[in-house]
Amino acid sequence: MRMRRPRLILFWLTLAIALIAAPSAHAHLMNTGFGPFSDGLTHLFVTPEDLLPVIALALMAGLRGPRFGRAVLFALPVGWLVGSAAGLLLAQPITLPVAETIVTIALGALLATDRPLPLAFVACLAILLGLFHGILNGSELPKASSSGQISSAGVAAALFVTVSLLGGQAASMRVPWARVAVRVAGSWIVAIGLLMLGWAMRVPG
Amino acid sequence: MFPNTHTMKNFVQHAGAARRSFITLFLLLYPLTVFAHKRGGEAIGFASGFFHPISGLDHILAMVAVGMWGAQLGAPAMWVLPVVFPMVMALGGMMGLMGIKLPGIELCIALSALALGFAVCREARPKLWIAAIIVGVFAIAHGHAHGTELPLGASGVLYSIGFVIATGLLHALGIAIGLVHRWAVGRIALRVAGAVVAIGGVFFLWKAISGEAV
Repeated sequence: MRMRRPRLILFWLTLAIALIAAPSAHAHLMNTGFGPFSDGLTHLFVTPEDLLPVIALALMAGLRGPRFGRAVLFALPVGWLVGSAAGLLLAQPITLPVAETIVTIALGALLATDRPLPLAFVACLAILLGLFHGILNGSELPKASSSGQISSAGVAAALFVTVSLLGGQAASMRVPWARVAVRVAGSWIVAIGLLMLGWAMRVPG
Repeated sequence: MFPNTHTMKNFVQHAGAARRSFITLFLLLYPLTVFAHKRGGEAIGFASGFFHPISGLDHILAMVAVGMWGAQLGAPAMWVLPVVFPMVMALGGMMGLMGIKLPGIELCIALSALALGFAVCREARPKLWIAAIIVGVFAIAHGHAHGTELPLGASGVLYSIGFVIATGLLHALGIAIGLVHRWAVGRIALRVAGAVVAIGGVFFLWKAISGEAV
């Protein structure tokens, strides 16, 4: 089953839109005006720090095959929801830009190298990524009402859609150069992560 | 390759339907009005990062030459070199951002177009690891120069995304040009293109040695 060229173009277009459209790097939610669920749903697509590792993990799982894709499809949102619930219990917001960037670089490198990995390892990665980013996100969410939990559900829905799209596309690739193109995307994520790391440790002047 | 092709088909079919829904949903939910507010440096974020690599001819020539040389060498160099370059360049950029000084950066950048152009012109075929090291050294120099030039107040993440995408697209352009290598006339044209890049490198080298701004 060969991946048709229009589908491949659409895949890259979606990826490009998702990356380019992310207007800023804000851990807090943006107000869409459609309520907390939509705020959460939008959050992933406007936060490159969250989106990049998710893209890397989804593509990596897709390249490994449908079983891996399905594992990440459920493990990541569940981990994120649990992490958000834990983060909501924290009194102070947590920000760990360097740790977030290192995670992004590691996942990008795993995608770029395309090494065979056990299913359990990839599922654990998805849970850990979800827990880590979920806690960071949850600590920033409003705690006074139930809107924090609803927003988390929105983020989980966005994760589910993103992983199913990217993982499904990567799993359907059979042409060797298409797999190479996805691995190149991994190297780009590593490069972006390295620059972000430099930015986080920037010396002014 | 995959044991369960039936479920894989389902997975892919569902993903196809979900993709269409996702794009529609994304376009509907995407809040353009947020651009009315100036926040953490988005104004000099993605666009600034994207246009930075394509604003200098020395950088463009080197990036395109990497792609052309990779295409000329064939697989796996065709994709190894363009994978190595952005990662090592980002490492150089990181060092530049962190204020780590490296000697002879301008000279190395000028040499990159000359050496890579010469390699394409001569159809040089070193071992893959040697080609990767050559490309890596030049990538450090290009990345470092960009890292020290990045504007203050820009959104770091968006700048980085734009920067890496533009660099990758320049490599892709080089590979696309290099695909003419499969024809006899194309091979000659590619070597001429390499010579042009090398001549450009001589110009930049002369500028770097004389201390003039390019």
